[in-house]
Order: sequence, then structure tokens, then C-alpha cells
Amino acid sequence: MLIDAAVNSTIGLIGGFFEWFGNLGIFFWQVLRAAVTPPYEWRELIRQLDEVGSKSFPVVVMAGSAIGVIISLEARYSLSRFGAKSLFPATLVYSVLQVMGPIITGLVVSGRVGAGIGAELASMKVTEQIDAIEASAINPYRLLAATRILACILMLPLLTLVSDACGLLMGWFAQTLVDPLSFHQFLQDGFKGATFNSFLPQTFKTSVYGLIIGLIACFQGMRTRGGAEGVGRAATNSVVLASLFVILADVVLVKFILVVFP
Amino acid sequence: MATAYDIAMEQAQFEKDGSAPVVAVESLRKTFGSHMVLNGISLSVNRGETLAVLGRSGTGKSVLLRLIIGLETPDSGSIRIYGQNIVGLALDRIGEIRKKMGFLFQHAALYDSLTVAENVAFPLVHHRKDMHSQERNDRVKQLLAEVGMEGNLEKMPSDISGGMQKRVGLARALALDPEILLLDEPTAGLDPISSGEIDDLILKLQRERRMASIVVTHDLHSAKTIANRLALLDQGNVVIEGTFEDLQQSDIGFVEDFLKLS
Repeated sequence: MLIDAAVNSTIGLIGGFFEWFGNLGIFFWQVLRAAVTPPYEWRELIRQLDEVGSKSFPVVVMAGSAIGVIISLEARYSLSRFGAKSLFPATLVYSVLQVMGPIITGLVVSGRVGAGIGAELASMKVTEQIDAIEASAINPYRLLAATRILACILMLPLLTLVSDACGLLMGWFAQTLVDPLSFHQFLQDGFKGATFNSFLPQTFKTSVYGLIIGLIACFQGMRTRGGAEGVGRAATNSVVLASLFVILADVVLVKFILVVFP
Repeated sequence: MATAYDIAMEQAQFEKDGSAPVVAVESLRKTFGSHMVLNGISLSVNRGETLAVLGRSGTGKSVLLRLIIGLETPDSGSIRIYGQNIVGLALDRIGEIRKKMGFLFQHAALYDSLTVAENVAFPLVHHRKDMHSQERNDRVKQLLAEVGMEGNLEKMPSDISGGMQKRVGLARALALDPEILLLDEPTAGLDPISSGEIDDLILKLQRERRMASIVVTHDLHSAKTIANRLALLDQGNVVIEGTFEDLQQSDIGFVEDFLKLS
């Protein structure tokens, strides 16, 4: 009896998992189809670029700066122990630009934007505003989802550049307080031997994070049911799932970039 | 892809054919899970006519309107708008037909991030792209004046009462000059004076615009005031359809009880 219940529960979970992915795939197809056919919602896209980009700017600046300082402190301590202090600039540059900048930006944006989109669309769904859009002969996948997802895809790399710049600047600043080093020298040492392939793929992989964040948040928001509780659930699920999938995607993307851009 | 021209040609052909109903549903069935909501109902509305659909809560009245505007898909049966069966129709084609319909939601479903004026302008912004902004503003003012809300252009939906929200919802539903008007509980939750005002407003609009209207309500007084014909639903079936006098003369137990208790 207990085993039966456990088996049924497991089957239910697996079924729910595949159903969720199936529905996400259908949703993505509907958004894609709506996005590539006119009329294009330029005005809403610009509004969303501002919402995702400009309004995430302060939090990305703070997160990027903090990461720069943390890596600087840790790297200085670790490198000193091995007598490799001269490697500090390169360590900071590579750590921030290749690893921490993109993933931290992805996670910060998934928290701020994912929750925002999830809650906004869920609230619109439960108050029939999305139905009202559809009843007005306007495709909600085009107006609401495609614009938000595209804004996330376009803005993530730009926000990553901002985060990277702040990380490098504050990392250098933290270092130079205890061991003065000119910024020019820091950049020269840090980027020695670097090519565009060293940093560009890592920066532009965040467009995939943007797709994940926008898609999951819109999907969770637009299929919400059940009033205020449903709105809260959609916001939470948007953040949790988007963050999780950003990290999982990073695993794949890191390997992909290492293979394609050695 | 169906164009507005195609739809207009079909409509012109339909109107030439004679006095066929503008909206006709036949043998419409709809279930949610194991719950049968509509059990093969048939109704029709002609141009300039108002049909009130009455019944207890949960008898599928609102679902009927959502089916007519294509927000839900029936399990079986047909929904003909100007003779065109919209069941299974592609989204772009339904979109063209929806432009001919105005829908007032039960809770108005105003866009809560837009002002009253922006809510009314919303369908115009998306479907009358050739309209100059000054012309659009004038049209919005005219629509709001028609529903007695001309002094509230810049207010947010949360700053106005439920009755005022319904008026704004009605103005938005009228923005594209619909030929079919679907009203979901237009007087629900309103005090008797506001209900009377909404009824007067609907009557005035009917006189001026000669739309085909379907009003879902459980307010018998309102239905008697604004409708030419009434249809009483129970357990997914039409129990009786006719004028208010027909209902009064009926000896069906449910009809007698409904009239007595309303």
C-alpha cells in the first residue's frame, strides 16, 4: 500500500515534470510565432528595454562592484601565499569577465526581473486583463511575452558589461588601497595575451540567460490561477526556476564555449 | 491569412442574404474536467436586438460569452458570427472578427497600470494606427463623455468606484465601434442607482448604435429593462427563451421560482 502510494506519487511527479516542459515548449512556440509576424510592438519593446535594462542598472552596479571587491580580497590573500602577487590583475580580470560577471548578472536579473514579470503577468491574468487584451483582438503573446523576452535577451549582455566594468574598477580600487597600482598598469597586465574570444562569448552567453529568465517568468505569469496566492506562487516560481535554469544553462554554455572558442 | 477585407466581404454577403442572426450558437457544449457547464444550448441574436441570458451562479452564462468571443473553445457545437463559424478558426481570423465585438468584463478588467484615458485609447492605439494622436484623444474624450466619465481622464482605475470602472470598461468596449456587444454582469455589485444608470446607458447606446447585444446577468430587473428577449439557463440548458411576458406566463417550475425569488 505504502509502495503503491510512493510509486503513484513518483509517476505523478515525473508526469508533471514532462507536462511542464511540454507546456513550456508550446508556449515558446506561440511566442516565437507571434514575435516574427507583424504587427510589431515597438513601443512596448522600448518600454520593456527600459524596465529590464535601466531599472536593473543600480542593482547590477552594486552586485558587480561587490563581486569585484570580494575577488580582489580573496585573490590577494591566496596569491600572496604562493608568491604570485604579479598574477593579481589577470586573476581579477579573468575571474570577473569569464565567470562571476555573467553568472552574477544573470542571477541578479532573474531575481529582480523574473519576479517582476512573473508577478505582473500573473496579476494581469487573475484580474482578466490578459483576457481583455485578447478580447480586443490583440495577441497577448506578442504584446506581453515576446516584448519582455526580447528585452531580457537584448539587455542581459549590456548589463553584464556594466557589471564587469564595475567589478574590475572596484576590484582594482580595493587592491590599490593596500598595494598601489595604476589603473592603466592593472588593465595592461590583466588583459595581456587576451583576445576577443576570451571574453565576448562569455558576455554574449548571457543572452541565453535572458531568454531563460524572460521565457520562464512570462510562462509562469501567464498560466497563473487562483488569486493573490497564485500571483505569489508565480513570482516565487519565476525566480526559483529562472535562477536554477540559468545555473544549469551555464554548465552547458561553459563547456560549449570551451569547445567552440578554445 | 484572412484580412479585414475578406471578413468585410463575407459580412456583406451575409447581410445581403437576409435577416439571418448576427450571432448564432448551436448545440454548444462545454465541460471543465467532469463538470458539464453548457449542455448543447442554442441561441441567436439579430442586429439591433438585445438578448439577456439569465440563470443562477455557475450555470455557464459567463462561459457562453467567453466562448462567443473565442476566449474558450467549445467541446462541440458551432458559434456563427455573421454566418462564419469561429470554432477552430485561426487566431488571426478570430482577431479580425473580434474587432467587430466589444466585451465588458464582469469586473471591468481595466489595465491597472494605465489611466482611464489610456485604457479607452488602448484598442485605438493598436488597431487604428492611421489615427492621429489628437484625433485619438478627441475620440477617447467623446467615448468617455458618452458613458459620463469625461472628468476622469487622468485617474487610475484604482482611484475610481466599481460603477465608474464599468463605465470605463464600456467605453473601451465601444472604442472600435463594435457591431456586437457582449456584457458580462454589467450591474453586478452596483447599488440600485448605479445599476439604473448603467441600464439607461446601455439602452441609450442600443438606440444610437443598433448593435447585436448579449447581456449576461442575474439581475432580472436590469434584464427586463434592457433586453428584447430573455433566455433562462439551468444546468447547462436553456429552460425558456422569449420576452419577459413569455417568462411570466410560463408554468415551468424553475422559471416560476426564478421570477418569484428575483
